[in-house]
Amino acid sequence: MEWFLANSEQVFSLAGQHLVLAVLPMVFGVLIAVPLAQFARQNRGLRSVVLTASSLLYTIPSLALFIILPTILGTRILDPVNVVVALTIYAVALLVRATLDAFDSVDEDLRQAAVAMGFKPLARFLQIDLPLSLPVLFAGLRVVSVSNISLVSVAALLGIGNLGMLFTSGLQRDFVTEVVVGIIAILILALLMDAVLVLLERLLTPWTRVAAATGTGTGADSGAGQGKTGPAAAALRLSDAQTTGGAS
Amino acid sequence: MSSVVTDTFAWLSDPESWSGSAGIPARLAEHLLYTGLVMVIATAIAVPIGLYVGHTGRGRVAAVAVAGALRALPTLGLLTLFVLLAGIGLMPPIWALVILTVPPLLAGTYAGIASVDRNVVDAARAMGMTELQVLFRAEFPNALPVMYGGFRTGVLQAIATVSVVAYINLGGLGRYLFDGLVLSDFPQMLGGSLLIAGLAIAVDLVLVLIQRLFLSQGASSQPNRSQQAAVDLTDPVPAGTVVQGGTS
Repeated sequence: MEWFLANSEQVFSLAGQHLVLAVLPMVFGVLIAVPLAQFARQNRGLRSVVLTASSLLYTIPSLALFIILPTILGTRILDPVNVVVALTIYAVALLVRATLDAFDSVDEDLRQAAVAMGFKPLARFLQIDLPLSLPVLFAGLRVVSVSNISLVSVAALLGIGNLGMLFTSGLQRDFVTEVVVGIIAILILALLMDAVLVLLERLLTPWTRVAAATGTGTGADSGAGQGKTGPAAAALRLSDAQTTGGAS
Repeated sequence: MSSVVTDTFAWLSDPESWSGSAGIPARLAEHLLYTGLVMVIATAIAVPIGLYVGHTGRGRVAAVAVAGALRALPTLGLLTLFVLLAGIGLMPPIWALVILTVPPLLAGTYAGIASVDRNVVDAARAMGMTELQVLFRAEFPNALPVMYGGFRTGVLQAIATVSVVAYINLGGLGRYLFDGLVLSDFPQMLGGSLLIAGLAIAVDLVLVLIQRLFLSQGASSQPNRSQQAAVDLTDPVPAGTVVQGGTS
């Protein structure tokens, strides 16, 4: 504790670097994975290529990837860009699979209803498919966030600044406190990120709470709702959201 | 850059790199030995607990919480902590690795058992099977594909983490990365990274092959579904959804 108070400034600056290295790949991951999943859904060939490539890339251990990437990118080995690119690759690999599953689970009737209502492909994607797959996307993001925050610390072995530095220097100086502070800081960071994602999901998918509220209101309805699987229930909720949206 | 690539291939094809106790075959054997040791211990811990939780449904919440919390622990932090507290040697880092490998195995086991069709379990019980017979002759065979998915994730994670172990003076292919880092011998680092990535991909392919050849698709009525679940467990997202679906 004393050590932490004396070095809190350093810990916070390392935590800041750590957070940037963990969050940037999540943002890039979503920006790449969602369009990729949409294209893969429309094209069978691309789909199998994407799925094979993502599981292959996901298999490569992070430490190895941190070292292989500079050769491909032409960056220096100490460049934080390598970490961001490596973690983005993992994020895309995980999210593209989850997003594809989510898109697949969107009710076909709903999609056809949207076409019948005159939705253009892009509007349909943005207003039907994407919102409905948000819960799955967020479940994926939460996994990515936890694993990113843990993986970033591995980059400290190569001398890239983040909370993992506390582990390497703690080991070199035979100083347990520093390592413990590092572990706690990383756990807190992971918890905070998870809380932010849960909050963000709640803000972006208000209809899930509306459905839950109406579900408890009428006993028969809630029974039927529980019988439904996730996507179908989500589809029901969306149809509610759509009607209210159309009325306003 | 091209010189790095040629130097790396020169290092990889140098007979010197392939002989002696620091040679590639010896390092590869160490890597596989550590991985095997970790998997044996982790399986011995995780599978019985997973079978118990999956069969009785008791302690599910606790198991999910513990598995989730363990996942957030930074690998490197745990390794350094164990080494500082228990000293340098083979076992401290192995125990740290076991802690990291238990969550996917545990999740795979209880998700597998819990996902077995209730009708199958009831039928087994109605036929007069004892609880142990229900577990081992009805639930276990049906859960095997999903359990194997968790095992695959565990193996790949162990291989990745074993490369970090070299940092604390153990062997394995990770040695090339850290020795190379100290000597600023980039070709050796890159060569080691390529070997680790290749090992991970090769082992995964072997595991898939074993699944195809020796694991029955199961008496499960939807072989593709269980296959899908096994694949999904590689990313803990859908595993999480499975668990959530079970509790709701």
